[in-house]
Amino acid sequence: MVASKSVYELTDHLFRHEAGKMVSVLSRLLGLQNLETAQDIVQDTLLQAMSTWSYNTIPENPSAWLYRVAKNKAIDFLRRQKRFKELAPQYSYLLQSEYILTSTVNNLFLEDEIQDSQLRMMFACCHPAITEESQVALTLKTLCGLNASEIARAFLTNEETINKRIYRNKDKIKQQKIELTVPQGKELPERLDGVLKSLYLLFNEGYNSSQPDHLIREDLCQEAMRLAYILTTHVGTNLSITNALLSLMCFQASRLQARLDDKGNIILLKYQDRSKWYQPLIKKGITYLQIATMDSEVSAYHLEAAIASLHAVASSFEKTDWKSIYDLYETLYRLRPEPIVALNKAIASAYAMNKQNALDQLLHIKGLENYYLYHTSIGEIYFELQNKQMAKKFYETALGLTTSKQEQQLLKNKISNCEAVQ
Amino acid sequence: MKDYMFLFRGGLDFTKASPEQLQQAMANWKNWVEELKKEGVYNSGERLVRNDAAVVKGSARQVLDGPYTESKEIVGGYISIKAENLKQAIEISKDCPIFNYDGNVEIREVAKM
Repeated sequence: MVASKSVYELTDHLFRHEAGKMVSVLSRLLGLQNLETAQDIVQDTLLQAMSTWSYNTIPENPSAWLYRVAKNKAIDFLRRQKRFKELAPQYSYLLQSEYILTSTVNNLFLEDEIQDSQLRMMFACCHPAITEESQVALTLKTLCGLNASEIARAFLTNEETINKRIYRNKDKIKQQKIELTVPQGKELPERLDGVLKSLYLLFNEGYNSSQPDHLIREDLCQEAMRLAYILTTHVGTNLSITNALLSLMCFQASRLQARLDDKGNIILLKYQDRSKWYQPLIKKGITYLQIATMDSEVSAYHLEAAIASLHAVASSFEKTDWKSIYDLYETLYRLRPEPIVALNKAIASAYAMNKQNALDQLLHIKGLENYYLYHTSIGEIYFELQNKQMAKKFYETALGLTTSKQEQQLLKNKISNCEAVQ
Repeated sequence: MKDYMFLFRGGLDFTKASPEQLQQAMANWKNWVEELKKEGVYNSGERLVRNDAAVVKGSARQVLDGPYTESKEIVGGYISIKAENLKQAIEISKDCPIFNYDGNVEIREVAKM
């Protein structure tokens, strides 16, 4: 018997996304200190869907079905719960009355409220009391429906580490009494920065390989974009800086398909087939960048998005506006004087000015000694300056510093190129 | 034509599975069941809930909590199918998604009058 192609495939990641939504809504209802209960209810709901749908038809509106089951389970839980004080304070009063219990729960499952709950959850997960790396893990767990082993795979660590990280932070949420609110007024910009930073890290984790298995990484990019998009739908958080970040993500993501060859090896920007760049995303990137530049704010995300846009619209590597890119990197470096920015600036200078200039800049950078791309870049410049011996030396250092199979293959090819011409 | 019962044990650990894995498992399972329906060999089937189970025992009808077995030995579901003989029933079981998750299928012929 040959298994035929499924006609019953649900929307990609339906369970994952609905899990994130339901956890956010239920946590808002039960209070963030009951996050675990919310997660249990959601797991139960998905299990029930799985059991029922496997043998029968999938309901026409699967999301509505899931919400109905989750609501009922939540209401059951609330009826059993005697101590309403431990619930979210704004709801504990409403939930004591059997009469309005159901309608209160129903209201929270309305489309707008679901969106709002996710937004609140984002701010809670990215609370300054939680360390940056944990913020990302917690976001993936609560909002994106990834489990510990999937998160561990994404971060090239083990499940136990991720579990500890999540557990510690659940404690912190309780101790610090972190609430599910969207900060307002003066507090908002700073807290939003934290959320954006986490989404930026999440996206980069997906985009810049630090692990051999690439499949899950694209998911991380998509999740980061989905959450950034939610931020643009809310008046308070739909700021120029949010649009700049989303624009940057769109431009970067448009190249995802062109970045790997059939064997999963990485193709450098220079050699990518630009017809594979996904134009709809480039268009979106341009739209968000336009919104982002309507006011005078200039953040690092603005500059990075502008750089990415110049790459996206260039017809070839050679015809890229390297001069403007170099200028943007200079501005970015003033804003963020970090070695990684210096690295990119130096690479741009190789094309905007000349290779020797790039090499001088590169060799002056401090703090990237353990970063394979730093050594790769120096190797690259030496190679182009016809100094194969030095090129090989730097490629070999880089090879020892990356764990990604694709990167390793790329470097091995480069090393053999150096040997071939000697 | 005879009826055969497939009893499913083991498979994906639902308590630890991620939403993505659950959806995938559901889709695989559904595809398989649909395939059986299309071939006209499917009779019926259900998945069984794992908790809230009891065993009632002996003339005293002693009630025990759940089946005291390892979770991978608990029957997680069953289906009934039509087949000419055991050989064909085994053939039908071969595409069952439970094998992707380290589970097993017990195949039993239904005794008929």
